[in-house]
Amino acid sequence: MNKLDDSAALPPTASRDIKTIVNAGLKRRHAAERRFRGYGLTAISLGLAFVVLMFANIIGKGYPAFWQTYIQVPVTFDPTVIDPDGRRDPKALENADYAALVRAGLRGLFPQVEGRRELRSLYGLISNNAPLTLRAQVLADPTLIGASQEIWLLASATVDTLIKGNIDRTLDESLRPVKDNELGWIDQLHASGKIQRKFNTILFSNGDSREPEQAGIRGALMGSFYTLLITLLLSFPIGVATAVYLEEFAPKNRWTDLIEVNINNLAAVPSIVFGLLGLAVFINFFGLPRSAPLVGGLVLSLMTLPVIIIAGRAALTSVPPSIREAALGMGASKLQMVGHHVLPLAMPGMLTGSIIGMARALGESAPLLMIGMVAFIVDVPRGITDPATVLPVQIYLWADLPERAFVERTSAAIMVLLGFMVLMNGLAIVLRKRFERRW
Amino acid sequence: MLSSLLLTLLLLSSAGYYLGRNRAFRVAGDHIRNLHSLPSFYGSYTALWCGLPALIVVAVWAMLQPGVILELVVAGLPPELRELPPDRLGLVLNDIQNLVSGNIVSSAPDPAILAAAEHYRNLQLTGHVCLWIVALLLATAGIAYGWRAISPKLRARNQVERVVTLLLIASSTVAIFTTVGIVLSVLFESIRFFHKVPLTDFLLGLQWSPQTALRADQIGSSGAFGVVPLFAGTLLISGIAMLVAVPIGLMSALYLSEYATPKLRAIAKPMLEILAGIPTVVYGFFAALTVAPLIRDTGAALGLQVASESALAAGLVMGIMIIPFVSSLSDDVINAVPQSMRDGSYALGATKSETIKRVLLPAALPGIVGSILLAVSRAIGETMIVVMAAGLSANLTANPLQAVTTVTVQIVTLLTGDQEFDSAKTLAAFALGLLLFIVTLILNIIALHVVRKYREQYE
Repeated sequence: MNKLDDSAALPPTASRDIKTIVNAGLKRRHAAERRFRGYGLTAISLGLAFVVLMFANIIGKGYPAFWQTYIQVPVTFDPTVIDPDGRRDPKALENADYAALVRAGLRGLFPQVEGRRELRSLYGLISNNAPLTLRAQVLADPTLIGASQEIWLLASATVDTLIKGNIDRTLDESLRPVKDNELGWIDQLHASGKIQRKFNTILFSNGDSREPEQAGIRGALMGSFYTLLITLLLSFPIGVATAVYLEEFAPKNRWTDLIEVNINNLAAVPSIVFGLLGLAVFINFFGLPRSAPLVGGLVLSLMTLPVIIIAGRAALTSVPPSIREAALGMGASKLQMVGHHVLPLAMPGMLTGSIIGMARALGESAPLLMIGMVAFIVDVPRGITDPATVLPVQIYLWADLPERAFVERTSAAIMVLLGFMVLMNGLAIVLRKRFERRW
Repeated sequence: MLSSLLLTLLLLSSAGYYLGRNRAFRVAGDHIRNLHSLPSFYGSYTALWCGLPALIVVAVWAMLQPGVILELVVAGLPPELRELPPDRLGLVLNDIQNLVSGNIVSSAPDPAILAAAEHYRNLQLTGHVCLWIVALLLATAGIAYGWRAISPKLRARNQVERVVTLLLIASSTVAIFTTVGIVLSVLFESIRFFHKVPLTDFLLGLQWSPQTALRADQIGSSGAFGVVPLFAGTLLISGIAMLVAVPIGLMSALYLSEYATPKLRAIAKPMLEILAGIPTVVYGFFAALTVAPLIRDTGAALGLQVASESALAAGLVMGIMIIPFVSSLSDDVINAVPQSMRDGSYALGATKSETIKRVLLPAALPGIVGSILLAVSRAIGETMIVVMAAGLSANLTANPLQAVTTVTVQIVTLLTGDQEFDSAKTLAAFALGLLLFIVTLILNIIALHVVRKYREQYE
């Protein structure tokens, strides 16, 4: 009351003063407000721009890798080269000089080419696995011997890069990977329709290779599969069991506090330190094989455990206590209460957390470098103890190689990896939407 | 071999389950209520007696067998081979193992080695046969014991539940074993490293050149293990990353929680979080092949000397990676500030931005600091981006346009490729790992402490 009286007693000039002061500042303050808002909007747009930029960059670089250039070469399966004895002996067929057939076919395309160096660059148009392709065809169908066929053979990486328009033709010849004579041949082939781009199945059917056009991600995909299999088999049961114990059974004491602190800290330990652990404990101490998905899976499951445990505990706490009380009231033991009622209700949440954890494990590469999964491995692994590499490490290995064709393949491998990540995260979201229950 | 044994054990256990359950029905007589527990518990009881002891024996056996066999093979070698120095002996053993697994051996094997390989193979076979016999005997004995023990009075449920609870407890200790494993594995090798290089040289040295030469008279044979330039490089790159991530992350969190319409928020927030889900190797590729050349060319156009593996490129991209961290963590903190505080400020006539600056930020500051600390620890431990986009040479510089190296890069370089666990070069990686572990641990503990303390204020 007193205050009101005071303000009423103030001379009218004073109140006008405050109003003018406020009004005078309003413009500045509103400008500051708009500026601040602008900063916020800029920050968001920058963040979103980075997302778009990265995806555009990688997709732009990577999508040509899904096509591969082939050259049509007339091949005569000359019996005097393949099977001079005429006995169709599989051993002789296997060891025959198929490269000579390829060379003869190329000379047939360009009869005017002469001289050792010229011929060698002509042969270089075709990838060096062409003899193997021919051998496989002959072994599959020996009646081919003596016949002549037009065969699509894999072009070398340089031809592929040129056809995809990634070599600057206006450069000086000495700076260009493709010389003038090769350029002439390629253009001639292109004009006569003997060069074609086909869908790149090699990318998905081959292991790694030094030749970009023959390199594929199948080995890495299988390696990732085995590694994630081990990770899932280990981390999911252990993670769920830990979450159940801590949330439903554990007494509140120092021991469980210690476990909790440990889990929270493990979630923040740099991944490379887990790699050191794997190297020192699994490989040096237990003598497990290097580069094997088994060790990779062990290391990754230790990394994934905290994620699964934390998600599992959140899922368990969201189950209302009334469910537990009802089960106990019906005479269930504590373990029956958890096993029959609480766990099934918490399972969707646990699965969501596990899938997200597995997606993270799929993208992880640093700890796997430490345990030797960076080796150059051509063979596709067939078990958990075969030497292998995983998709992200394959990307790392390819990213180091200077050839333009490998840049393309690296981006394609990244697209495949991101595709899997999107798939897994999408699955997690669907699962959450489908089974989410509000109590 | 091992997997078929495990499968057999599994089959036997399920057989045990059915035997036990049927036996329970039989001993119950007319009324199932005579039983102490449900019949399925009697089944599980028998299955556990069948599987668990056999499984433990198999695990221990599988762990010990290779070592024991190796000992026996070495003992059986002719004396002139046995007395070879340890590293030569290791090569011989390697040859033997290769022979056994059918790989190609380095040179034509001599008869002693061939005999040893034969010996090895025999021992392996005997071991496997013995293991099968022992495991199967144990499993059947377990079934028999469990089966005989079943009576209406047997408290099967309590026993089964006790075993299950023990298993739960055992799994929850894995986290502790992991931490102990990390600390011990890193610590042991680090201690060996500090025997070769004094701790003070490591922590205070200004030179990092881990090359150890083959001969003592070679140039640069000394090998310098000063960690200061590595940490300076790490801090430089993390600093650049934080300069990118903190303003963008914080401002977007503020905008999304205070200004944005629900619709924009529903789209922009998950979009930003995509950044957190992208594998780091993808960021590394982006940094090395797109950002670094871009910065180098821009610098060249401005007349600046920019290294092609500049700290700036790695830092920028790492900053992009960390944006969602900062934004989602500070979003939580900002949302935890009670609405009444905002309303009070608006009632006094403050604009939105004034409320944010004068009320919201001071109230949320500890939480924001905590989340920034977590982001810093993440940046320091980040590996792939710097391995792919930062350099290898340890420059002690504050110039972001030069190439620097980081702790994680050096760990990777030292440990990929050939390793010898008695040279300071390999051991140095573990000392760096220990340092990294300690620094990130301290940062995390401080950050969690700050965040937790702050949260308690408003709850």
